[in-house]
Amino acid sequence: MASIEFHNACVDFPIYNANARSLKKRLIEVATGGKISTNEKGRVTVRALENLTFSLNDGDRIGLLGHNGAGKSTLLRLLSGVYAPSSGTTKINGEVASLIDISLGIDPEATGRENIFIRGILLGMTKNDISKKLEEIIEFSELGDFIDMPVRTYSSGMHLRLAFAVSTTIRPEILIMDEWLSVGDEGFKHKAEMRMNDLVKATNILVIASHSRELIMHACNRVIWLEHGKVKMDADPTTVTRAYFGE
Amino acid sequence: MLNNSISIALADIGTAVKRYSLVGMLGWQDVRQRYRRSAVGPFWLTISMGVMIGTIGLVFGQIFNSPMKEFLPFLAAGMILWSFIATCLTEGCTSLIAAESIIKQLPIPLFVHVLRMLWRNTLILAHNIVIYPLVLLAVQKPLGIEALLSIPGFILLALNLAWASLLLGIFCARYRDLPQIITSVLQIAFYLTPIMWLPTLISGRSGTYLLDFNPIYHLIQIVRAPLLGQDVSSTSWWVAGAMALLGWCIAIIIYGHYKRRIAYWI
Repeated sequence: MASIEFHNACVDFPIYNANARSLKKRLIEVATGGKISTNEKGRVTVRALENLTFSLNDGDRIGLLGHNGAGKSTLLRLLSGVYAPSSGTTKINGEVASLIDISLGIDPEATGRENIFIRGILLGMTKNDISKKLEEIIEFSELGDFIDMPVRTYSSGMHLRLAFAVSTTIRPEILIMDEWLSVGDEGFKHKAEMRMNDLVKATNILVIASHSRELIMHACNRVIWLEHGKVKMDADPTTVTRAYFGE
Repeated sequence: MLNNSISIALADIGTAVKRYSLVGMLGWQDVRQRYRRSAVGPFWLTISMGVMIGTIGLVFGQIFNSPMKEFLPFLAAGMILWSFIATCLTEGCTSLIAAESIIKQLPIPLFVHVLRMLWRNTLILAHNIVIYPLVLLAVQKPLGIEALLSIPGFILLALNLAWASLLLGIFCARYRDLPQIITSVLQIAFYLTPIMWLPTLISGRSGTYLLDFNPIYHLIQIVRAPLLGQDVSSTSWWVAGAMALLGWCIAIIIYGHYKRRIAYWI
């Protein structure tokens, strides 16, 4: 059982090195991103998300749509529990895993095998868990003898395959992603796709930010469209994608 | 409100301690990363520390006209401990800032990053402490059983450093000028604390100020005195214990209060 409950959640970023009264700020305000304003103490704040109210339950596959600066990444961070809302409440029940940057924590000087442990423990697995899955991860990544070589000797494709193989062994209740993970050449891509599907199937709630209509239609059963930090539309994929991408 | 922030802080610290395998691994990785592909590895620290102790020992031993048998072990233990304390505090300032990429992505308790820094420096201390028996050997001074008392002393010191670096980490995330100030303050503290000079050289009123009112002196003393085969004064134990208790209370309240904001500051 996993659930997420947002009630009037707002996110205001304090900006400490900016001057409130500048023409540049005024201009930016009308361009992209959140609303820039000054709070009562004269401090500059950027309102990234405003009054989000929604609830997510088991089986929800949420797609997040929105232009650059609409607040997608901030919302993903709020969902993963990295940020706390500046006002309003967020209740997150269930174990969350965020696969926004699958290479986070990978040490180029360490061997592939060591990195499996580093990455795995960062994602919340225990050493035992990892040891049990070690062979499977190595086999999946197709790195062969390279697994005992420092990661800096890897090609970028190999690097990504390793990161992908470890990151997709977790089985969280709530999974948060920025774009669908896809790595490797044609042959590997197919394998990776199946593995991703398994992972998504095993999670109770999926939240994925994307710019791809195809992906949203394929993977999601509900879409939230963010604009200037507010929910512009929250409905089934067909309706929202039609409004967002046009016919 | 207060209860709420205390429970936030305690929950975070509790989960951080439970994830000791993460702390242990990250701390090890830090040390290894610095010295990968180097033949001597972390022992470079030991070597440079040893050379420094030797040099300062020769020069200041002459200046103060102190017998080497007394001065050199005192200096070695003091320098090793001071470098541990000073690095913990300066790195405490950046412990949260440096973990930005992790903090902004994974909901890992923030105290993990403070523990990681403490663990990393404890590992480095373990490399440096090798010098001490060598110094004792050189000056032919025996190491008594009472040296074991430095273990509880070290635990108390670590407890104190933990709250101090947690607080520093929080404030430095918000006020980026603070790390520089701390570095300067530590430099002054180094000269004010009997590390390079023997406390017996100072007498009278100024001695009281430099020793009894100097918290760092007491923190060093609870680990150093047993190593030197001296008794730890009960004042030192009391001061260190009271500091740990009071410091943790303050740290927990402040941490609980600002924890939600830290990710925004970084």
